[in-house]
Amino acid sequence: MQNMLTIISNVFRGTASKNGARAVVSTRSYADFTPQATFDIKKCDLHRLDQGPPLKAVLTREQGLKYYRTMQTMRRMELKADQLYKQKIIRGFCHLYDGQEACAVGIEGGITPDDHLITAYRAHGYTFTRGVAVKEILAELTGRRGGIAKGKGGSMHMYTKNFYGGNGIVGAQVPLGAGLALACQYQGNNQVCVTLYGDGAANQGQVFESFNMAALWKLPCIFICENNQYGMGTSVERASASTEYYKRGDYIPGIRVDGMDVLCVREATQFAADHCRSGKGPILMELQTYRYHGHSMSDPGVSYRTRDEIQEVRSKSDPISLLKDRLISNNMASVEELKVIDVEIRKEIEDAAQFATSDPEPPLDELCDHIFSSEAPIEVRGTNPWMKLKSRS
Amino acid sequence: MAAAARFLSRSASIKSAISNVNGGVHSCLGITLVRLSPNGTCSSRTQRRHVSHFTFQPDPVPTQYGPTQKMNLFQSVTSALDNTLATDPTAVIFGEDVAFGGVFRCTVGLRDKYGKDRVFNTPLCEQGIVGFGIGVAVAGATAIAEIQFADYIYPAFDQIVNEAAKYRYRSGNLFDCGNLTIRAPWGCVGHGSLYHSQSPEAFFAHCPGIKIVVPRSPVQAKGLLLSCIADQNPCIFFEPKILYRAAVEQVPTEPYTIPLSQAEVLQEGSDVTLVAWGTQVHVMREVATMAQEKLGVSCELIDLQTILPWDTETVCKSVAKTGRLLISHEAPVTGGFAAEISSTVQEECFLNLEAPIARELLKITIRTYNMSPLLPSALPSSHRSLAKPERGYPNVIQQDR
Repeated sequence: MQNMLTIISNVFRGTASKNGARAVVSTRSYADFTPQATFDIKKCDLHRLDQGPPLKAVLTREQGLKYYRTMQTMRRMELKADQLYKQKIIRGFCHLYDGQEACAVGIEGGITPDDHLITAYRAHGYTFTRGVAVKEILAELTGRRGGIAKGKGGSMHMYTKNFYGGNGIVGAQVPLGAGLALACQYQGNNQVCVTLYGDGAANQGQVFESFNMAALWKLPCIFICENNQYGMGTSVERASASTEYYKRGDYIPGIRVDGMDVLCVREATQFAADHCRSGKGPILMELQTYRYHGHSMSDPGVSYRTRDEIQEVRSKSDPISLLKDRLISNNMASVEELKVIDVEIRKEIEDAAQFATSDPEPPLDELCDHIFSSEAPIEVRGTNPWMKLKSRS
Repeated sequence: MAAAARFLSRSASIKSAISNVNGGVHSCLGITLVRLSPNGTCSSRTQRRHVSHFTFQPDPVPTQYGPTQKMNLFQSVTSALDNTLATDPTAVIFGEDVAFGGVFRCTVGLRDKYGKDRVFNTPLCEQGIVGFGIGVAVAGATAIAEIQFADYIYPAFDQIVNEAAKYRYRSGNLFDCGNLTIRAPWGCVGHGSLYHSQSPEAFFAHCPGIKIVVPRSPVQAKGLLLSCIADQNPCIFFEPKILYRAAVEQVPTEPYTIPLSQAEVLQEGSDVTLVAWGTQVHVMREVATMAQEKLGVSCELIDLQTILPWDTETVCKSVAKTGRLLISHEAPVTGGFAAEISSTVQEECFLNLEAPIARELLKITIRTYNMSPLLPSALPSSHRSLAKPERGYPNVIQQDR
């Protein structure tokens, strides 16, 4: 009853979604929703390719809700990490991913869990999409026992099956990714490796070395440049002689993708994965995206770009809003339903943050644990030469 | 310092002092406990954290270089660079983000003052930065390259070792890149984790042809940096990042140089020689004070300053006097620079030594992310240095009061 009143009063107040469609009055049953719809997506610029990803993407209701939930969870998780950092509960360097959610979710939508993924230091989003729980991510950032690396590591120690981390040195993960692709090719398992790097890393020499090896040996490697327009504080125009990162692979075919649209990213990733799996060799994708936060929590993010610019991207191209508009205007979900999801996610993140704050830190006697995979063949030297420490495997 | 206690236990004269000392040492530890962040439900005494604590002690104000101004380490670096750009028209500064002032504010105001053709940003490419710097230096300009963190210097390792260090030799002195100076923030900072905390001086010490310098304070930093820039050999200047803001001294505003390859004896002593560089000098200063108070041990403290080529004479003369040596640095044990010092000293001063040379160093590879209690157990610290040997560190940690 209360629900009904709320809905009717919403209508009388004339709540309108972004597209001007009005909120529907009657209680909705799930049978009323459109099960799937086809959307036009932006055409991708192509380099050395005759055909690109399709211009239309099919989205089912389930997929839509899943993407929404994932992106919203990532957004809230990063904002919570921001909050925890400001409260000095997270002390180490923290590089946040909010604004770029469509990239992680779209990529995950275009590959399978058996495929491999490696990225740079802005990795919390990928850690989540590759299967690690939010509370384990936050607890690792706060250095507690429940963290994915038992609280001993931090931001650069998040790994899981088929996710090779979080890598601090800019560009160093690209040759690693090429190597992972070689392993896939060698083992003949039809898997691909998604190797991500940023617009700043695109100027590192080792990236070009990897391009050469991958193209020469036709490795199933999808190189993805997440171009968020700024390498730390330097805009792409001031850092690169050519800002067409999808063409920087030269002899490697490239696609430039709208990284704020999860469907565009998904279709492009699917296209790229098919390209690699068919044995044609590597492919390069440039995702044009944006990060709302600065480079890390030490960077306010407004000394090299205007607040207006950030605000403009937030209002016009926010990935979560774009998806939400699509779902609502095509009758694939209701505002209330999404609100319920938001509330659930908020609670989930709050619980995770609570866990991350209250979980105890790893005890000192665990300092040398997990060095050996089975019982330690030798004693672990302590900080003084006459002292031996215990190491449990 | 643990090693110091060990040495002393072997020498007859001070044996009795040690057994009485422990109560005093451990209660002193209790005073220096600092609670860094909420511990949640954890209340056991073993979880209380020790900071790898040191206090920066400024040196006496230098009077021989003219008027001085209060500066911290990054400001003293800016002052040195300012002096260089003013006096040397060929000097250029480049690196990642140096134009707006640098991530540690070391180049603030220089671009505005000297122009964008003299202070400019490079893209994100360390190998390119150093290679480019070598070229600039060979052509005759004074090149001051900045590597944003010493942890990122490895892509440039080939350029430094194979190109810069060997240029003069290869070309028979026809060309050289002596005008090149590379600056990089160096050392642990507590929350830097794997890639913002490293001390790579040992990797480069193995390479003839370059000079490596690590200052301990703003006055030293400005003088040594100006010496490096003036020196006709490629130099790497590591700046302890934890001291950028923490170290404040009265620094002369005029240019001045402090000679390279000359270690400085900071404190004279007769029982044991302590050798350190960079941040560790301040930790060792505290150790020397604690040793004097608690153990009655007189320590001679030497700041090595130049790692390569290092001042063997000063260190050996000191060891010949005291008979005992303890070297301390933040970098890991194996192949750390203490090994080189140790080896040379035992060769030169074998008959003077009364105890094996000790190294107090980073004994495990964990670099912590969150100021966790694991950090102080990893870094060499004055507390651990003083611990009675057979107790070992877990007991030291439990002694909080």
